[in-house]
Amino acid sequence: MSDHVAIVGIGSTPLRTLSPDQSYREMVFAAAARAYADAGVTHRDIDSFISVAEDLHEGTSITDEYTPDQLGAVLRPVQTVAGDGLQGVATAFMLIRSGIADLVAVEAHCKSSNILRHEAVLEMAFDPLYERPLQVYPHYVAGLEMRRFLHETGTTEEAVAQVVVKNRRNALGNQAAAFGAMLAADDVLASDPLCEPLRALEISAYADGAVVLVLGSAEAARRAPRPVWLRGVGWISGSPWLGTRPWGAASYAAAAAEKAYAMAGVTDPANEIRFAEIDDTYAYKELQHMEAARLAPRGGAGRMTLAGETGRGGALPVNPSGGSLGMGYCFDATALYRTAEAVRQIRGEAGRQQVRGATLGLVLSWRGVPTQTGGALVLAAA
Amino acid sequence: MRATEAPLLGKPRRRVAVVGAGMSLFVRRALETGKELSYYAASQALETAGVKRREIEAVVMVTAPDAFDGVHMKGEWLLDGAGGAGKPYMRTYVGGGSGVFGLISGWTLVASGLFDLVLVIGEEKMSSCQPHPQGAFLTIFDHTIERPLGPNLLWIFALEQHRYMATYGIRNEDIALVSVKNKRNALDHPAAQVAANLTVNDVLASEVVAWPVHRLMVSPVSDGAAALVLASETVARRLTDKPVWIQGVGWSLDTSYWGNRDLAYPRYVEAAARMAYAMAGVTEPRKQIHIAEPYDPFAYKELHHLEGLLLADKGQAPEDLAQGRFERTGPLPVCPSGGLMGVGNPIAAAGVMKVCELFWQLRGEAGRRQVPGKPERGVAQAWGDLMQIGTVAVLGIH
Amino acid sequence: MARTVTPGPRRRPTTASPRMIDAPPRLPMRGTGLSEAEFQKTVATVEWVPALEYGWDTGEAIGRFLAGLRAGKIYGVRCRRCGRTVTPPRAFCELDFKPMDEWVELPPTGTVNTFSVCYVTWDMKPLRKPQVPAVIEIDGTTPRVGFLHLLGGLRGTSVEAVHRQVQIGMPVRAVWKPARERSGAITDILYFEPVRGKGRKA
Repeated sequence: MSDHVAIVGIGSTPLRTLSPDQSYREMVFAAAARAYADAGVTHRDIDSFISVAEDLHEGTSITDEYTPDQLGAVLRPVQTVAGDGLQGVATAFMLIRSGIADLVAVEAHCKSSNILRHEAVLEMAFDPLYERPLQVYPHYVAGLEMRRFLHETGTTEEAVAQVVVKNRRNALGNQAAAFGAMLAADDVLASDPLCEPLRALEISAYADGAVVLVLGSAEAARRAPRPVWLRGVGWISGSPWLGTRPWGAASYAAAAAEKAYAMAGVTDPANEIRFAEIDDTYAYKELQHMEAARLAPRGGAGRMTLAGETGRGGALPVNPSGGSLGMGYCFDATALYRTAEAVRQIRGEAGRQQVRGATLGLVLSWRGVPTQTGGALVLAAA
Repeated sequence: MRATEAPLLGKPRRRVAVVGAGMSLFVRRALETGKELSYYAASQALETAGVKRREIEAVVMVTAPDAFDGVHMKGEWLLDGAGGAGKPYMRTYVGGGSGVFGLISGWTLVASGLFDLVLVIGEEKMSSCQPHPQGAFLTIFDHTIERPLGPNLLWIFALEQHRYMATYGIRNEDIALVSVKNKRNALDHPAAQVAANLTVNDVLASEVVAWPVHRLMVSPVSDGAAALVLASETVARRLTDKPVWIQGVGWSLDTSYWGNRDLAYPRYVEAAARMAYAMAGVTEPRKQIHIAEPYDPFAYKELHHLEGLLLADKGQAPEDLAQGRFERTGPLPVCPSGGLMGVGNPIAAAGVMKVCELFWQLRGEAGRRQVPGKPERGVAQAWGDLMQIGTVAVLGIH
Repeated sequence: MARTVTPGPRRRPTTASPRMIDAPPRLPMRGTGLSEAEFQKTVATVEWVPALEYGWDTGEAIGRFLAGLRAGKIYGVRCRRCGRTVTPPRAFCELDFKPMDEWVELPPTGTVNTFSVCYVTWDMKPLRKPQVPAVIEIDGTTPRVGFLHLLGGLRGTSVEAVHRQVQIGMPVRAVWKPARERSGAITDILYFEPVRGKGRKA
C-alpha cells in the first residue's frame, strides 16, 4: 500500500455577501453533491467525514450535531475539527495514511451574514482575564503586527496596498469570488485607517459559502478522473498570548510550511513552488506569509509585489484566485476554498485565472486574530 | 444501513499504545483555570509515561462547548496549558463523545506515521458559565424549530429514557441501580466528586427533575481535566514494559433529526462498536471484553450503551445489572471507576478519564478499584450531541 | 476584592472519609474545589456578558415549513427514491442524498412517541406547573418520524395526574395560535393536546 494521498474531488458554492435563499444545510448539500460528482463517487463511497466548524460562528453550541445529514453521512464516522480548514485536510490525510480509510470528505461553510455583530464574536476569542477587559476593537492585533512587520522589514505601505490591488483584480476572473474590483493603490491608501497603519480596504470582507473536498488514497486516486497529489502537510500553533509572540515574522507559518516542505521534499521553495494561495486576511499578511514560507527573502515580498512578480503572469503568482481580499473571508472555510483553487490551477481548470506551468503549489493558512495557528499544504500534479 | 451491517474501514497500518495517563481532581468549582487544570493532568500523564513535554510531537485537545468558558475558539485559548504551544496542535470535537474521541484523534496522528509520541488532553470547566452551565446547552437545539419552544437539556434525555422504559417494560428502580453502583464504585476513586453509599430508595426519593429522571440519576456539573500519552509501537516498547494497546477505534454520528429516530436503541453506538470490534478482531464481545467503561451521564445511558455495545441484549441490560453482572467483582465489571455518576462529568475530561481507568485496570494498577481476574481487554465509550454520536475504543494488553 | 487562595489539599465533598487510596492516579492530584460561598466571595472573577446576535437564514425547506405553520398547515416532504415522508421538511434526502421536493400537507394530528414531565427550568429552578415536552409522530409520515413539541391542555401538576391523561402511543392534535397572532414559527402551534376517546397506537 502506498503512502500517497490525493485530492480527488472539489465542490463549492460561489462566495457571496448574502445567501438568504439557502440554509447552511442546503448550501453544504450543494457543495458536497458537486464534490462527490467531481470525484466520480457517491456519498456511500466515502469512508469518513470531517466538518471544520466553530460554535460561535454558527450560533450553536456543539455545532457538530448538525453536520451529518447534508454530507450524506448519517450513521457514518463523522467528526468535527474545531480548527483551521487545513487541520481538517491534515486529519483526512492522516485517516487515509493510517490505512483505515480510502476516501474522506472535508467540509467547511460560512454564514457570516447571519452573525449580526462580528466583533462581538471575535472579542470573545481573547483571553477573558487579561486581554478582553481592555475592550479594544479586535482588529487592533493586526494593526500591532502590521506596524512591527513594516518596521522590521522596511516594507512600504504602498507595497501592502498593491497586494489589495492585485488580489481584487485577480478576483474579477474568478466566478466564485465576491469582491473582484479594479482599484488603484491610491484608492487603498485613501481608505480609512481602522487600526493605523491598517486601512479599511486592507481587511478582507466576509462572505458566505460552503466548500467540500474529497481526499483519496493512491488506490482511490487511480479511479478518480483528476487527482491532485497532496505531497506535504503541516500545521502548528504558536503562543496564544499577545504579550509573547514574535510580531514581525509569522513564525507559525514558517514552521508549518517547513513541515510541509520536508514531507514533500521541497528544499528551495522560492524556485520550486510555481504558485501559492496564501492567507491574506489582512493585506500585509500575504507579504509576511510569503517571507515566512521562504517564497521571498526577508523584506523582499513587498518589492516583488511592486515589481509585479506575484501577479498572474509573474515569476511567482500569489493568490491568482483573488485571495481572501478578492474572494471574501469565510472563517475556517477560507483555507478549503483556497485549496480548491489550487487544485483547479494544477488541473489546468482555472480559466481566466490560470497560471502557466502550475505544477507545484503551496497553500498557507492562518486562523486569524488573536491566534498564531496556521497550516500548509504542498500540492502537485504528479 | 451499511454501517451497522459491516465494518466500514480498512486495517490500520501501525499499532498505537497508551503509555501514560493522568488527571486532575474532578470538582464542582475549581479555583484553577481550564489551562491550569489541563497542565496538571498533562504533567501527570507525562510523568507516568516518563517523557518530557519537549519530546511530545503533537497535541490533541478535546473540550466541549465554547459557551462553558465563554471563549470563542476555545481550543486556541487552552493550547499553552495543554503543552501545545509551538507544536502541531488540534482540537477535535464530537460533543459529549469528545473524550473518547480524543483518544481516537491521537490514535489517528500516530497510526498515520506522522508522529510517534502524542499527548491527548480532555478539559472542561463548566463552572465559568453563569448562572448555570446548562445555559451553554440552551443553544444546542435547532435554532429555528426547537429553540423557540424553550427546551432544556434534561428534556431530550428524559424523553429518551421514557421511550427506552416503555419499549422494554423497564422499571425506574432498575435504572436507579446504576447510580447506586457507580457512586459506590467511586468511593475508591481519589479524584471522585460525588462518590456515595446510597440505596435505590435514596435515588428514587430524590426529586423528579424531568420524569422519569430523578436528580440522583443525573451526573454532576464538574470542572476537571484528564490526559493520555500515546506512542507508536517502537517508542512504546522503549518507554514501558506494560503498554496498553489501542486495538480498535470506532465512531458514528446519527442524523440531526433526532425526532426521526428510534429513541429506544442507540444504533450509532452499535455502528461505532462494530467498527472498533472489527478493527480489534473482537467477534464475541461478551466473551472477549473483560471490562467496560460505557458513558453514564444519566443512569439509563449506561444500560442503553451496554446494549449498543452488544454487551447485553436489547432491553435486557437492566435485568443483567439487577443480577449483579456489572458489579466490579461480577462477570463483566462496568464503570469500575465510578463513571460520570460517581467520579463526575467534566464532559470531555470524563471521557478521557474512562480511558485512563482502562489503562490502569489493564495494567493491574487500579488498587482498590482493581477488578479481579487480570482483565486483558476493555472497551471505553462516550456519547453526546443530540443523542447521536457513539465513540468507542477497545484497549488491550496484547 | 479578591483574596489570594493558595491551592491546597482538597476537601472531599462526599460522605467518604479522607484516606490514602492505593490506586492511580498516584501522584498528588491537583485541582482545588471551592464551595459556592468561596466561589462567589473569595475568588477574583472577571464577568463578561456576551453580546452575540444571530439572524439565521431558514433556507428553502424550513422557510416553506414556517410559512405553512403561519397558514395553519403542517408540511412534510416525500423522497421519490426511498419513499419516506418526513417532517420537519428538508431540501434533500439525507439517506439517498438527492433533492427532496415532493411537498405534502400533513394533518395536524399525530401520536405521542415519548414524553417527559419536567419540573425544572434550564438553570435548575423549580417549576410549579411542569412542562410536558414530547416527541410527536405526525400522521401521514413514515413511522418514527416526529418532532419536538409540548403537550398542553392537561389538568393537575403531579406525575400521576399527567400520566392519567397522557400515554405513549396516544393520539394528539395541534392547538394553534389564533391566525392573526401567528408569526411563521414553531410556536404558531401552542401545543398538542390529547384526542380524548381515541384508542392508542403502537
